[in-house]
Amino acid sequence: MADLVSHPDEVKVVSKRFGQGATNIDRYLELDGYKAVQKALTMQPDEIINLVKNSGLRGRGGAGFNTGLKWSFVPKQSAKPKYILCNGDESEPGTCKDRLIFEHDPHAIIEGVMIAGLAVGSQTGYIYVRGEYRYLLEIVQKAIADAYAKGFLGKNIFGSGKTFDIYWHGGAGAYEVGEESALMESLEGKRGIPRIRPPFPAVVGLWGGPTVINNAETLASVPHILLGGPEWYANLGTPKNGGTRLFCLGGNVAKPGVYELPMGYNLKKMIYDVGGGIPNGRKLKGVVPGGSSVAILTPDEIDVAMDFDSVLKAGSMLGSGGVVILDDTACIVKFALRTTKFYKHESCGWCIPCREGTDWLEKTLTRFHAGGGVKKDIDNMYYLSENMLGRTFCPLGDAAAMPIMAFVKKFRKEFEDHLDGKPCPFEKAGRAQEPVLA
Amino acid sequence: MKFSDKFEARFTEMLTHYPTQRSVLVPTLLYAQDEVGYLSDEVILELAERLALSELDVRNVISYYSMLTTKPRGKFNVQVCTNIACMLRGGEELLEHCERKLGVGNKGTTKDGMFTLEEVECIGACSWAPAVQVNYDFHENLTPEKMDEVLEQYRNKAAR
Ligand SMILES: Cc1cc2nc3c(=O)[nH]c(=O)nc-3n(C[C@H](O)[C@H](O)[C@H](O)COP(=O)(O)O)c2cc1C
Ligand code: SF4
Ligand code: FES
Repeated sequence: MADLVSHPDEVKVVSKRFGQGATNIDRYLELDGYKAVQKALTMQPDEIINLVKNSGLRGRGGAGFNTGLKWSFVPKQSAKPKYILCNGDESEPGTCKDRLIFEHDPHAIIEGVMIAGLAVGSQTGYIYVRGEYRYLLEIVQKAIADAYAKGFLGKNIFGSGKTFDIYWHGGAGAYEVGEESALMESLEGKRGIPRIRPPFPAVVGLWGGPTVINNAETLASVPHILLGGPEWYANLGTPKNGGTRLFCLGGNVAKPGVYELPMGYNLKKMIYDVGGGIPNGRKLKGVVPGGSSVAILTPDEIDVAMDFDSVLKAGSMLGSGGVVILDDTACIVKFALRTTKFYKHESCGWCIPCREGTDWLEKTLTRFHAGGGVKKDIDNMYYLSENMLGRTFCPLGDAAAMPIMAFVKKFRKEFEDHLDGKPCPFEKAGRAQEPVLA
Repeated sequence: MKFSDKFEARFTEMLTHYPTQRSVLVPTLLYAQDEVGYLSDEVILELAERLALSELDVRNVISYYSMLTTKPRGKFNVQVCTNIACMLRGGEELLEHCERKLGVGNKGTTKDGMFTLEEVECIGACSWAPAVQVNYDFHENLTPEKMDEVLEQYRNKAAR
């Protein structure tokens, strides 16, 4: 449904089958479908893990952990069943890529889950799709049913004597449920409150069994790596950052869309060449390079390779692949306020720094944006955010704090311009007070 | 309490997916809501009983998830995203436009019971912003004019 775009610099791996009708299982088979899992069936579990490790594939959900390494933490022997859990909760503001994979290539995700299962010795996988993505859940339901009908899932898959089952699961609206331990709680039929770690899910996860949780794009990359080989995949990207990534260009950019570019692609080029630059003769004010949870980069910070390590060095994070571009008409205070409102809404309320911190930030920013700010608010917001960092049970607290610290640090003047009862310098027409009947 | 055959078939099948039966709860609540329109007391009691959970336990779960509601909504739930990528491309103006057109505020329902308006967080359409979901259908790259057409489309759908 969502429009597809393309650019000559794209390297299509995960998006290779987009627009090719691959939701149909026979068409998927024509396009090398289910070859990778058959190859995996001929390999030893450790071989699969090492291959994925050496490919340099890192988690596409946000944290960028080496996927093969994560799989290697699952104990070989376990009294309880082991599980693979595909994270399709995609709700990080700015991010809309897993949606395209589910829409165009659901069998690649199924294959990825199966290969992960073979690698860690699990026989059961779950594919969790956020509640809003109902049409995608239906695509997944059909894809799973088709795979069972062909005998690719269930008992004796591909005549190997091995069993593998995959089940779908749907959410009902909650960003926090994308956090891995909250995701498990949700799948177990509970509120999405995170779990204390350690123990980590790889050891104690779903129903107490060892569980691998990976993002949908991570899993959809795995079959390509098995077929293309780890060297090929690693060489597409930069050292320790193998492959390609779906980048979701959005905001004030001429050609928004989801583009698959090599890891390490230059951000400036991404904005100006791939995205066609800033429209309406406007200038770039900043870019949030990895979903709303990461620090904004200013125009003089965008000559950076978009891989996990380089963006971290530049003071932000590669995050979820959502690249949100702001032109010079955007108000940073308002942007900060909208970002904070989101985290306040999504905080599960367990940790005091996150629950109270986001609430306090929202109140301050609301007052501030309305012209009621005082000078010491600016430092207070920074100080408060700094004190939320690392003091919570899950990373949502950090996600709420990091962007605010960057806004204050890098755009202090814009905050100061809102002081002394001055109306927001960027505000266009005021918001309608009363709805008017049409 | 009577659900559709499709609901029952799915419910029965889902119970076989997990080692514990309460795992079916979240998706089942949403499917039940889709049939009934909201999570009525009757629905809550029925599902609590089927899954051997307390009513309070079920209500606790419901209150966590933003899509679940214990109050009736209009036939079409118009969900306007105003999160960052949409905000930068006119999401807030679109919400205001809908407020004016429908004569209701956030979470309000039109008198004829046709539309409920809701401001929502990111719906995964950031590269096609601003975006709106009406029930489960996405409408993207919207302008106020296009939004009028979308609303009209649903009005006509209801009339048919
Ligand atoms: C608040 C929060 C929300 C998250 N949302 C998602 C999400 O929607 N999808 C996702 O794949 N990972 C999300 N994550 C990251 C997951 O916790 C987890 O790291 C990831 O699914 C692991 O998969 P990966 O290694 O393949 O990236 C979120 C993390 C946090 C703290
Ligand atoms: S950081 Fe926030 S969302 Fe995460 S557990 Fe604590 S209160 Fe909940
Ligand atoms: S920010 Fe509106 S759909 Fe993502």
